[in-house]
Amino acid sequence: MNIFDIVGPVMVGPSSSHTAGAVKIGNTCYKLMGEKIVNADIFLHGSFLKTGAGHGTDRAIVAGLMGFLVDDMRISESFELANSYGLKFTINGADLGNVHPNSVKLLLTGISGRKLEIIAASIGGGRIRICEIDGIAVNFSGESPTLIVHNLDQPGHVKEVAGILEQKAVNVATMQLYRKSRGGEAVMVLECDQEIPIDAIRSLEKIEGIINVTYLSHK
Amino acid sequence: MYESISAIIEDEKKTSLPFWKLIQRDDCIERDVSEEESFESMKKMYLTMKDCVKNYDPTLHSNSSLVGGEAVLLRKYIESGKLLSGDFIGQVMEKALMVAESNACMRRIVAAPTAGSCGVVPAVFISLQEKLQISDEEMTKALYVAAGVGGVIAIKASLSGAEGGCQAEIGSASSMAAAGMCYLLGGNSDQIANAAALALKNLLGLACDPVAGLVEIPCVKRNVCGAVNAVTSAELTMAGISSKIPADEVFEAMHNISRTMSDTIKETATGGLATTPTGKEIAARLSRS
Repeated sequence: MNIFDIVGPVMVGPSSSHTAGAVKIGNTCYKLMGEKIVNADIFLHGSFLKTGAGHGTDRAIVAGLMGFLVDDMRISESFELANSYGLKFTINGADLGNVHPNSVKLLLTGISGRKLEIIAASIGGGRIRICEIDGIAVNFSGESPTLIVHNLDQPGHVKEVAGILEQKAVNVATMQLYRKSRGGEAVMVLECDQEIPIDAIRSLEKIEGIINVTYLSHK
Repeated sequence: MYESISAIIEDEKKTSLPFWKLIQRDDCIERDVSEEESFESMKKMYLTMKDCVKNYDPTLHSNSSLVGGEAVLLRKYIESGKLLSGDFIGQVMEKALMVAESNACMRRIVAAPTAGSCGVVPAVFISLQEKLQISDEEMTKALYVAAGVGGVIAIKASLSGAEGGCQAEIGSASSMAAAGMCYLLGGNSDQIANAAALALKNLLGLACDPVAGLVEIPCVKRNVCGAVNAVTSAELTMAGISSKIPADEVFEAMHNISRTMSDTIKETATGGLATTPTGKEIAARLSRS
């Protein structure tokens, strides 16, 4: 969060949390997928579900999934535009449990067949939080280049990832570690100050014990 | 961002830098940008606010048709010479309506701090600029002051109606506008903090209860309330009237109130004005159409 989340963003109305935040969630998912999204099942929770239609939350998320930004005047026509873009989607309601009132779950498929499952929340003033990726709890804003590494919970993976970033002179701003169970599946989330070169990401993917790597680029 | 107003005032004593400059310096470090880049970004926010007022379209109505043309009615009333609250307040009210209506009609606005409350800061700031002939540069500095206050509120409480009710949106906007206005009137940092405290105190506990869940009723008119409240809070401050509760504690009080507020008045449209007989009738009519 910075002061331009307080005064700003410049956006199309009517709601920073229900319209701009929703575009941003969609757009962050688009970046996380790293390729064109062709299918999206969208599950709105809480206030997103109760008042989403009136605020265009559904249209805003679909706009974001196609890569639109929050001040794009085409947001209100996103359902119609999705057809020609090649994005199929469903809008549903769901009770996601004890989460932020403005939360949404997205089941996404990319053009290569890649699947991504995200739970995200719009936390006010257009700011968002990614809360879950593929069933594992995480916590990041998507505002900086972010590396998400799924790995087996074994010694050494943190060092391998940190080593590759050091080689590329990428500074880590924040780092979070999560795991489902001891020795099971674990996730590292690293928010960085610089973009990570694509070859560094490819070399991470090849390391034994690393299940997959997702990278959110701002380029 | 600063976590308390008292930390900003302490830094001011240590560095002798003014309030706005400390917020700018913090932004430069946070986003790794130069002072010029930071200033240009903030100036762009102010100029976009002015564009929104300049491009106000009096013929626009929201999709629901619940909002549109309010600023035109007020303008006619002002021109009739009947407005008792005076020219300046008339200007503030009119601009708050223009910007808030534009938001409901899916025009481009600057969230400050949110879209629902986007009319408050521009209404106070642009009216002041016109009245006192202030430069855009000085207005930009005042916008840093407002942003600094909003940042502290975001950290200590919340800026989201869904989390904190309308106090977190119109209340925060009013507090930010009061702080900025106080700066523009020559207030020092203690006075800026005082104006921010006075403004938010008046709006603590405000429910977020939008009819049919839309940012229209009562949001558009609450922008007028937040803007006028900011003006009176800044003027009370300049008259030497102090808030006995410091700004940081007022922000914390807002957070406490948020936690005890019912979900029915946190943007869910399940309480307050939204569930009045007329509110329900409007919602039913819209869901049929």
